Amino acid sequence: MRAIPDFRSSRWAALTALTTTGVLLTACGSSSDGSGAGSGAPKSGGTLTFAVGSDSGCVDPQQVGSNESIYSVRQTVDSLTDQDPETGKIVPWLAKSWDVNSDATTFTFHLRSGVTFSDGSELTAQVVKDNFDAVPKLGALGTLAQGYLSGVKSTSVVDPLTVKVTFKQPNAQFLQATSTHTLGIESSASVKKTPQQKCTEGVVGSGPFVLKQYVQNQSITLAKRTGYDWGSSLWSKKGEAYLDKVVFKVVPEAGVRAGSLQSGQVDAISSVGRANEAALKGGQVTLLRRANPGVVFGLGLNNSRPLLKDTKVRQAILAAIDRKQIADTVFPTGTQPATSVLAHTTPDYTDLSTDLSFDSAKAKSLLEGAGWKEGSDGIRVKDGKKLRLTITWFPNAATNQPALELVQQQLKAVGIDVVLQQRQVSEFATTVQSSDFEVVWGNTTRADPDILRTSFSTQLNNSYKLPAGSLDTALSEQAATTETAKRKQLVEEAQKLIVQNAYNVPVVELQTQLAVSKKVHSLDFDSGSRIQLHDTWIG
Amino acid sequence: MRRYVIKRLAQAAGVLWAAYTVSFLVLNWLPGDPVTAMAGAGMDSGEVDPARLAALRHEYGFDKPVLVQYADHLGRAVRGDFGDAVSTGRPVTSTLADALPQTLQLTGAAMLLAVFLGGGLAIVATYTSQRWLRQVLLSLPPLGVSVPTFWVGLLLVEALSFRLHWFPAFGSDGPRGLVLPALTLAVPTGAQVAQVLAKSLLTALDQAYVETARAKGAGRWRVHVRHALRNASLPALTVVGLLVGQLIAGSVVVETVFSRDGLGRVTAAAVTAQDIPVVQGVVAFGALIFVTTNLVIDLVYPLLDPRIVVASDRRASFA
Repeated sequence: MRAIPDFRSSRWAALTALTTTGVLLTACGSSSDGSGAGSGAPKSGGTLTFAVGSDSGCVDPQQVGSNESIYSVRQTVDSLTDQDPETGKIVPWLAKSWDVNSDATTFTFHLRSGVTFSDGSELTAQVVKDNFDAVPKLGALGTLAQGYLSGVKSTSVVDPLTVKVTFKQPNAQFLQATSTHTLGIESSASVKKTPQQKCTEGVVGSGPFVLKQYVQNQSITLAKRTGYDWGSSLWSKKGEAYLDKVVFKVVPEAGVRAGSLQSGQVDAISSVGRANEAALKGGQVTLLRRANPGVVFGLGLNNSRPLLKDTKVRQAILAAIDRKQIADTVFPTGTQPATSVLAHTTPDYTDLSTDLSFDSAKAKSLLEGAGWKEGSDGIRVKDGKKLRLTITWFPNAATNQPALELVQQQLKAVGIDVVLQQRQVSEFATTVQSSDFEVVWGNTTRADPDILRTSFSTQLNNSYKLPAGSLDTALSEQAATTETAKRKQLVEEAQKLIVQNAYNVPVVELQTQLAVSKKVHSLDFDSGSRIQLHDTWIG
Repeated sequence: MRRYVIKRLAQAAGVLWAAYTVSFLVLNWLPGDPVTAMAGAGMDSGEVDPARLAALRHEYGFDKPVLVQYADHLGRAVRGDFGDAVSTGRPVTSTLADALPQTLQLTGAAMLLAVFLGGGLAIVATYTSQRWLRQVLLSLPPLGVSVPTFWVGLLLVEALSFRLHWFPAFGSDGPRGLVLPALTLAVPTGAQVAQVLAKSLLTALDQAYVETARAKGAGRWRVHVRHALRNASLPALTVVGLLVGQLIAGSVVVETVFSRDGLGRVTAAAVTAQDIPVVQGVVAFGALIFVTTNLVIDLVYPLLDPRIVVASDRRASFA
């Protein structure tokens, strides 16, 4: 999903997925046109060939961030827990059960017995400790994992199958983090390797598939782990996976991916954009789509800039945007307009669609009320200055430019002049961290509402320069509570504060779209909108 | 002759140094920072720790003054060490060396096809006595030069892979996978070969020696191939030498369309990732290939035509 010819380089995709948003990441199963509309009984055996757009140059689950690499390497490791994509609930996987203390600083996991890694070694509390101790020492690629474990005081072995993780501050998000591929458990031998070795040679996991071969920029081959018997409690099949082999081919050109699926050269493809949908319709192909959890695509406002300090101006922008038009015109079919700052696939999401409805009359009167009078060219003026905003954006998804051009038109209709400023993808992190923008276009994928704290708490980086206040209280309290109902209520409050004060302007939910051949069944999204292949079969 | 060789070698070294220096300056001058770009991959989880960034910058030497970095890097580059790729941590030299065979295979096959198809087209076009056919054939090379490689590739994949299922649409394995990408790359290159060869063939056919050969009773085909073609192929061969650079540049697009591993993919990835060490390695390596090709041509010329050295030495002594 990138501009012009779809040359998706691995690094680029990594950036897309990780940093900005998960353009490529969406996923979780959702839609009713999902695969596996039960034709016949599931069968074991066969090879699934899956074409992805990029290779991140790394096959270590703890280090990769690009969705297209996660699809494959995720299958080689198990996590302590799993997260139900429907309910957001954390359920057992390698850990049978866990205890969290009341202020969410201590997490004790009771491991399943009899789990082995593919090198024959056993899963013990010590292995988990080795993993968590090593994560903070991962290189630059491992920052995601390091973030999940930031503030960890110690990890200790209570008994051979019990491990305790203690944090300096409350850290409710950690339980969800243990369900991600990023904190997938690797064998002690793998953990001892250098981050680079783990990247190029791969790691030994306990997952339902084993990495057989990795040819950079070409392919990743997985083989079924025979004797696998400790799958996530969410999976429908017990024991080993159905597929014997899975081959991920790297095919950067979107048109070639689509044609290869149509002509039967591959069984599934990732990153299907609106432009390829037509080509895939009507054939023996099913489109699978799911909204990415986390902070939706929208306008990140620098609340400290003179124009944007005024709540009325921010609220006017919020009301002036016709989200449905943008979702329907620019994004793949099925993409939903934002109904909160969180996507509807995020746990504890609250529907705030009434606050986000399109109302240009309201926008105009808010601007009038703030003293901005319409000038002769339709652009509003106050004290001789024009109402002009600069939106900074990055060409990491093909949808960015057309979406912003629509935003530009819609804002112009209420008298706001918008200048679009494009910067290089590699400048994304610096731009956001240093708050070097007036308005920035982007999103963040994470299947835990704590992403609101990382994005909007004034006690962290505070990229959007929000004023300290009740939002901070809600955000830090939700991080410190393990009571589901209380956390939900605090997260709801935080979403309302962000939307009603228009601290941020949510626009559209990013959606991951895959296309699979009709002979592929039960290729399912997980809670992070990536895929699980244990239950997948070909028939 | 010795002086000629030394002079050419010095020139080659000068070009390499200039290519390295210019690319170094440009890459350092561009906005953006590979370390932040890399660490930004973790933005998902919140802020990037500035201390970590500093440590990484130190690890890769990006915290030193630009001149010191330049001297450091140039010194190592001379010994064939371009450091480690920022995005993968692997040595740049082995990254390039791993990708090279694939690209050589592709460009070699493309060059053969280009010479064969382009040369054949030029010979047939100039040989035919049908004026309309000649016009049609001679209009093909400009077309071949002007259509985008990207589009040719997609067209070939659509027809020969998706519809006819003759060749795989992607991948680096097996000779069948080589056909479509090599053909794609051969289109613009072959078109240029055809243009130059056809033009010099037409010129050669007007020369007096051709008349002489004809007068001596040589057949039309014999005159065309044995006499005119032999003379006309020298300029075409020179062009082939220059096309090597173009082929390598074209591999960026072709390797992407056909998902082949090689220098082109490495380059595209390195540029998007702002992986400065790899980009520098690619630039230096590209310059090396280009300089070597031209050096070989320069050194072979005097063997074919001794007047070249004489002329060059004379000029040198005036300088």
